[in-house]
Amino acid sequence: MSNQTITRADLAEAVYQEVGLSRNESADLVEAVLEEISDTLVKGENVKISSFGSFSVRQKGERIGRNPKTGVEVPITPRKVLVFRASHVLKSRINEEE
Amino acid sequence: MTKSELVQRLAERNPHLYMRDVEKIVDTVFEEITRALAEGNRVELRGFGAFSVKEREARTGRNPRTGDTVEVEAKRLPFFKTGKALRERLNDEE
Repeated sequence: MSNQTITRADLAEAVYQEVGLSRNESADLVEAVLEEISDTLVKGENVKISSFGSFSVRQKGERIGRNPKTGVEVPITPRKVLVFRASHVLKSRINEEE
Repeated sequence: MTKSELVQRLAERNPHLYMRDVEKIVDTVFEEITRALAEGNRVELRGFGAFSVKEREARTGRNPRTGDTVEVEAKRLPFFKTGKALRERLNDEE
């Protein structure tokens, strides 16, 4: 088990190695993938990536919260939250014996 | 939107690319994230979100239907935390 943080640059490098586009274009396309997913979710449409997982937008109603420091009750406004559900394939890959 | 629709939309926006290359790009992105998580790494995509792995210890569970106790093995679970920019976009574009 290592403990590294993978970023856009690592994804772009993998695309560069795999597809044979320039490094710049590989980076642009990684960005385009993330943007297309984000734009779709912002429009309220769910995104389902087979063997990886699904992203869905959930609407949360208003509820009463509390400032943990002062104990004062404050209303939490209704909001949308993004929920990721990992697919079985992803879950089992993560639990494979090394 | 499914993965194949994602590929289609990206191909429409990048007419200079072959469809099979767009498909390879999308597959590579998700394969790399999966591989990183399987190796115990964290994937941080600023503005979009971060994928991480959480460890769950072995525990004694119960079959809710029969009440029988069952041993649940230790496992790792993938997690996603929405990035700040995306979380804000979800809430201000109405």
